[in-house]
Parts: sequence; C-alpha cells; structure tokens
Amino acid sequence: MKFNTLSRHLRESFKSIARNGWMTFASVSAVTVTLLLVGVFMVIMMNLNKVADDLENDVEIKVLIDLQANEKDESNLQDQIKNLPGVESIRYSSKESELSGLVKDFGNDLSLFKQSNPLRNVLYVKASNPQQTAKIAKQIDKMDGTYEALYGKGKIEKLFNVLNTGRNVGIVLIIALLLTAMFLISNTIKITIFARSKEIEIMKLVGATNWFVRIPFLLEGIWLGILGSIIPIIVVTLAYANIHSALAPRLKGEVFELLSVSPFIIEIDALILVMGVIIGMWGSFMSVRKFLKV
Amino acid sequence: MIEMKNVYKKYPNGIVALNGLNIRINQGEFVYIVGPSGAGKSTFIKMMYREEKASSGEIVVNGMNLSNLKNKEVPYLRRQIGVVFQDFKLLPKLTVFENVAFALEVIEEHPEKIRKRVMDVLDLVGLKKKARMFPDELSGGEQQRVSIARSIVNLPKVVIADEPTGNLDPDTSWEIMSLFEEINARGTTIIMATHNREIVNNMRRRVVAIEGGLIVRDERGGDYGYEI
Repeated sequence: MKFNTLSRHLRESFKSIARNGWMTFASVSAVTVTLLLVGVFMVIMMNLNKVADDLENDVEIKVLIDLQANEKDESNLQDQIKNLPGVESIRYSSKESELSGLVKDFGNDLSLFKQSNPLRNVLYVKASNPQQTAKIAKQIDKMDGTYEALYGKGKIEKLFNVLNTGRNVGIVLIIALLLTAMFLISNTIKITIFARSKEIEIMKLVGATNWFVRIPFLLEGIWLGILGSIIPIIVVTLAYANIHSALAPRLKGEVFELLSVSPFIIEIDALILVMGVIIGMWGSFMSVRKFLKV
Repeated sequence: MIEMKNVYKKYPNGIVALNGLNIRINQGEFVYIVGPSGAGKSTFIKMMYREEKASSGEIVVNGMNLSNLKNKEVPYLRRQIGVVFQDFKLLPKLTVFENVAFALEVIEEHPEKIRKRVMDVLDLVGLKKKARMFPDELSGGEQQRVSIARSIVNLPKVVIADEPTGNLDPDTSWEIMSLFEEINARGTTIIMATHNREIVNNMRRRVVAIEGGLIVRDERGGDYGYEI
C-alpha cells in the first residue's frame, strides 16, 4: 500500500469519527459499558482465583513418624519422600517443637506433657500441584517408618471440587460476557455503517477494492475500541487501588491475600485496551462485510 | 470492444430479465438503449460492469471475460468503465472537487496528479468555478455534470449511463447530451439507456431496442420508435 493511501485511510477514519458524532458516541458507550463489566468481573475472578490458589497451597500432608524409627530411619523416610514425583518441599518438626507449638496455641497447661511427650516427630510435605495431595499422601502412608499420613481426607476433595467449579463458572461467564459485548458492538457499528452504505456502494462502483473500503472502517473500529476502553481502565484502576488499600491490611496474616495492585491492575488495563481494539476491529469487519457485495 | 453472446439472466425471484441476448458494440460508438420499463434495459447495463452476473452466456468487455471474472478482479474491470446514474449518486458530505477526486483516490493515484486531472475534467464539464461547493448547493443539471466528470476522470474507454437525463428538465437534458457528444467525440464509447424520445430522435445514433429480454431492433441512425 502506498504511503499516500495509508495517510488517506487514517484521515478518513478520523474524519468519520468526528462526522458521525452521535453514532460514535453510541458505539463508544456500548464498548465502555461492556468493557467495564468485563473488567470488573475479571478483577473479581482473578482475586477469587488467587484466594483459591492460596487455600490450595495451604494444604499439606502431615506425616506422623513411627515411634520405633531411629534417626537413620527418619532420614531414610525423608529421602524416599523427596524422591516422590510431585513433592515440592519437606519440613521436619521434632516432637518437642510440635509440643511447644501446642503450648503456644492452647496454653501452659499442656506443658505438663514435657515430662513425657506423647507426640510423634512429624514431616510436613507439600505437593507442587495441590490437587495431587491425596495421591502423594497414599504413597507416603505405605512407606516404612510412617505411622500415618494425614491430609484432611474428604474435606480436601470437597474444597478442590468447589474451587474447580468456581474457576470453570468464572471462565464461562467471562467468555459469555465477551461474546455479548461483540454482538452489541457489531450491531451498533452496523448501524453507523448502514448510514454510509451509499458511500461504500459508490466506492465499489468506481473500482475500489474490498480492502480499500474496509481499512478506514477497521481503523475507525480501533479508535472506537480505544475511546471505549478509557473509562473502564480509569474506573477499574482507581476502584481496585482503593479497595485493595482498604482490605489488604485486614487480610494480613490470613491464609489468603488479594493480588497486589501492581502489576496486576496494569495487566488488566492492558487486557481491557486490547479487548476494546479487537472488539472494535471485529465489529467493523463483520459489519462492512454485508455492504461489500455490490 | 463489448460483446454479449446468448446472455441469459434469471433473478432469484424467478423473473427472466435477459433471454439469450446478443450484441456487439465497437470502440467509439454511441449507442442508445431504448425499450419499455421492465424490458431488461437496466439489467443489460448492469451486466457490463458486473453489478449483476449473467446466469449463462458470454460477456466480454475490453478483452475481459466477465463469465469467469473473479470477484477480486471486478474492481479492475470497473476502473475501465465510467458509470453515470439517474440519481447522480454523489456523496453529499464531499465537495464537487472531492466527489470527482474520489474515483482517483480509490485507484491510489498520486495526489498531485489527482488535482490536475480533476481540475481538467471540471473545466470540461464547466464546473471549475464550483469545485468547492457541495452537491446540494448545485442544480440537478450541475450535479449530473459532476457525476459525469467523476465517470470520465480516470479516462475510461467506455461510459455507461442509465437514464442520465431522467431527473432533469428538457433544457438541462440537452446540455448534458452535448457533454456526452463531446466525450464521445474524443473516442470514448457511450452506452446510454433512455426514455427520452426527443433526444434519441434528434441525435440519430445507433438505437438498440430491448423488449422481453431480447433485442428487437438494432439500427444505425435510428429513432426512438415507440408511441406514447
């Protein structure tokens, strides 16, 4: 394409945005509303996902070691567990430190047990993929030197089920929202293009190629997408920054935390912008198609 | 130049517009297409720049065979043909100059060349002084002259006009006709569908009458031939 043609296309796309004031406003509003919805929803979904990840990562296997096991047996067991596929980390805790943990949590009364400690030495095992916890626990349970491998049987499965369903529902909702957005925007753009079908017809009759007709509309779609993503980006960024600074201190030390503002919200902003551009281009492309058949 | 052999056209609604039509038009001819409404004149005209596709038969325009012309190639066919419409088809938001320049921008001409060519044709149609005006500031005859200027600005070999005087008063129609005569005198083929008896009878050019999708009369220096 010649440079002159490209600058003509750019000029045309700007001109038509200015010239079709109300239609531009309608399209931009449609983009704004849907991107705002998608943006807010994505922020919520990503945070729920983070919470789910945090909860999952908190899951660990507590391996109670046989009382008969001596130091050599214990280190044998540790090596065996380390060699299991999918094990991320192991932490050893002697029965003394287990007891002082209990004393800390439940009060000094328990320190009586210091004379004859009824607890066992413990290994805490974390799976690199939390969903594999049950499988790994079963394998550890069979090893020599293991008295029992505890992992919250039943509860864990339920938790994972809920989290997985939640994630899938979220993905489906985001996709549905995006499709609605595309439909809404392509319809609005179709109306603006319909008003200019005569222009397209004349272009075709004087020998314009399809791409020559299409490109200014595609550019216009891009500008509409960019204009439409400005408000959602501002709103989502400010809202999240405020909510985060209000909630984050309260969640300190809990099992789960919110995603920190940077880079998360910048990624969301970029995503909103990209979606705006794609939706605008796609909407223009689909709408022009109909009028090119002259 | 332009040749049609056994061209047959049936629209999706079942109407047969052309029923095995044959014609040959040479470079530089001036041809009037006459006939009652609904006889197939418009379909015949639209076939030549591929706004309508023939259902069967062969059409050759400027050496391009339209029966196997790909959609992608249609723009290049249309660049060799100027088309003038009864309703002018000007873009209301563009000036006279921009409307004419449009046909050259679309084929990616150099801006400097566009300016020169457009001013030349506007001079030819007598609208050089109104180049900056908008279509709705012009009379019907002037608007038609703009659309003629647009059709010839890229120097096509053929100009096709579908009732170009249909919306104009008699005096203005004569002005437009003398413009077409002038363009024809420069070697451009002109094919014009018209209902204007007076013009056809006075010009004495080749007259082709279409009825029921067939050519029923084709004579050089003929008259309009229909009684009102």
